[in-house]
Amino acid sequence: MTTNALTSGPGSGRTGDRVFSTAARSAGILILLTLFAVALFLFVQALPAFTADPADLSGGQGFFSYIWPIVIGTVIAAAIAIVLATPVGLGVALFISHYAPRKLAAPLGYVIDLLAAIPSVIYGIWGYLVLAPVLVPGYEWLNQHLGFLPVFGGPVSQTGKTMLTAGVVLAVMVLPIITSLSREIFLQAPGLHEEAALALGATRWEMIRMSVLPFARAGIISAVMLGLGRALGETMAVALVLSTGTLIPSLIKSGNQTIAAEIALNFPEAFGLRMSELIAAGLVLFVITLAVNMIARWIISRHQQFSGAN
Amino acid sequence: MSKRIDVSDLNVYYGNFRAVADVNIEIGAKSVTAFIGPSGCGKSTFLRTLNRMHEVIPGATVEGQVLLDGDNLYDPGVDPVTVRSQIGMVFQRPNPFPTMSIRDNVLAGVKLNARKISRSDADDLVESSLRASNLWNEVKDRLDKPGSGLSGGQQQRLCIARTIAVKPGVILMDEPCSALDPISTLAIEDLINEMKNDYTVVIVTHNMQQAARVSDKTAFFNIAGTGKPGKLIEYDDTATIFSNPSVKATEDYVSGRFG
Repeated sequence: MTTNALTSGPGSGRTGDRVFSTAARSAGILILLTLFAVALFLFVQALPAFTADPADLSGGQGFFSYIWPIVIGTVIAAAIAIVLATPVGLGVALFISHYAPRKLAAPLGYVIDLLAAIPSVIYGIWGYLVLAPVLVPGYEWLNQHLGFLPVFGGPVSQTGKTMLTAGVVLAVMVLPIITSLSREIFLQAPGLHEEAALALGATRWEMIRMSVLPFARAGIISAVMLGLGRALGETMAVALVLSTGTLIPSLIKSGNQTIAAEIALNFPEAFGLRMSELIAAGLVLFVITLAVNMIARWIISRHQQFSGAN
Repeated sequence: MSKRIDVSDLNVYYGNFRAVADVNIEIGAKSVTAFIGPSGCGKSTFLRTLNRMHEVIPGATVEGQVLLDGDNLYDPGVDPVTVRSQIGMVFQRPNPFPTMSIRDNVLAGVKLNARKISRSDADDLVESSLRASNLWNEVKDRLDKPGSGLSGGQQQRLCIARTIAVKPGVILMDEPCSALDPISTLAIEDLINEMKNDYTVVIVTHNMQQAARVSDKTAFFNIAGTGKPGKLIEYDDTATIFSNPSVKATEDYVSGRFG
C-alpha cells in the first residue's frame, strides 16, 4: 500500500493557524451582526412612531413635521462646526508637520491630542459658562451690520446660548480629530515628491500644494468626515449650550434643536409612543451618519486612479 | 543658457560632523561631469549643495562658495527657490507627481510662482520637453493619463522632461539609473549625451562604466575611513581618470580593487 507522504506532515503549526483564522472571522462577523442588531432594534422600536395616528405625536402633525426641524438643526450645527474647524485644523496640522521647528512641533501635537481627551460634558460647561457670554457682543455686532441676512436676524440672545455658539463649541471639539488625523497623513507624504517639487523651484507652500495635499486628499476627506460624524452625534455639549426651541433661520437667537440633544433631553421622561418617537429620531440620525460616511467613501474612490497610492 | 559652476573651499556639515571637506572644482558649461566614489564618500551630499537641496536635510550646513556663472549661490539674500529653478535635479528613484497627468507633470515646474502660460505655448513646451527626453513617441497618445502608470525608465525620462521644461542652466542627476533596468539605463545615457548640447550636466553614479560612457570629465571622491570627511581626490578628463590617473587611490578604485 502506498501512502502519500505529504498528507501527514507536522501539523503543529496548523492548530494555531486555525484558531487565529476562526478568531479573525468571528470578529468580522460580530461587527456585522452588531450593526445589523442596532439597525433592527432602532427600526422595530421606532415603528410605532411611523404607523401611529399623526395627531398622537409631538406637534400633532405626524412624524415628518416633528423630525424635519431637528434634522435641519443637526445639520446646521454640524456644518458650522466643520466650516470653522476644517481650515483651522488643516492649518494647524500643516504648521506642525511642515513649518514648525522640531522642538515646537512635538509638544504642539501633544496639546492638540489633549484637546481630544477632554470629555464632552466639560466642553458643554465651558460653552455654557464662558464662551456663550463672551460671544454676545460679537452677535450684537453681526446683527447690527449683517442683520439683513436671515442667519443674523435679531433679537440677539442675551445669554448667547444659540446655534452659532453650539457650532463653535462643536468646532473646538472636532478640531483635534481633524488636526491629528491630517497631521499624520501630512507627515507620511513621500519625501521623494516633496524633493521633486523643491528641485523644480517650488516655494514651501507650492511644494505642499504639489506633493503633500494631493497625497493627503483622501485622508483629509476621511478626517473631515470623522469630524462631521462626531459633530452630528454630539449630545452633551449641544444639550448644555443650546437654548432650544423651534426651527428658526437666525443662528444668534435662542431656538433650534439637534436630534442628539432632543433625545438626551427628553429620554428620561419618555414612555410609550414618545419613546418610539425619540428612537425613530435616533434612526434618522443613524441614517444621516451612514449617508455621510458613504458619500465620503464615494468621493475618495472617485479619484483612485490619481491617488497617491499607485 | 547652459552655465558653468565654480566651487571653492566647500565644506558640508551635518550638525557638527563634517561630511565633505575642502572641495574645489570647476565644471564647464555644456559638458557632462561624473562624480564617482565609494558609498558614503559624500558625492551625493556634495551634488545637493550645488542647488541647495541639502537644506532639505535637517542640520545640513555649508561653508564656502558655489558660483553659477560668477554668482554665489550662498550669498545672503539669494533665495534657494531661484537657485533651484536654474539648477534642476533628477533623483535616484523616479518621482513623477502621482496625482498629476503626464502633461501636468511636464508643466509642474513651469506653472510655479504663479507664472501663466497659454494653452498653445503649454502644448508646445510639453511636446518639445518630451521630445528632448526621448519620451514623446511613447506617451503622446496618453498625455492625460497619470505619470505613475509609466514604467520606471519612462518615469525617469518624464522627470527629466519636467526638469528640462523649466529651462535650467544646469541639470544635476543623483544616480539617475540605479533603479532602472539595462535597457532603460541605455535610454537615459543616450539622452545625457544629447543633453550636453544644451545643458551642463553633473551626474553622480556608482557605475564606473556609465561614468566612462557618458562623461567628459570625472571627479573621484573618497573617504579616509568612517567618521572622516569625504574629499575630492582627483578631477580630470574622463579618459585620463580611467586610463592614467595620477593618484593611486583613483587607480585602485577605477580598476575595481576596492569600492
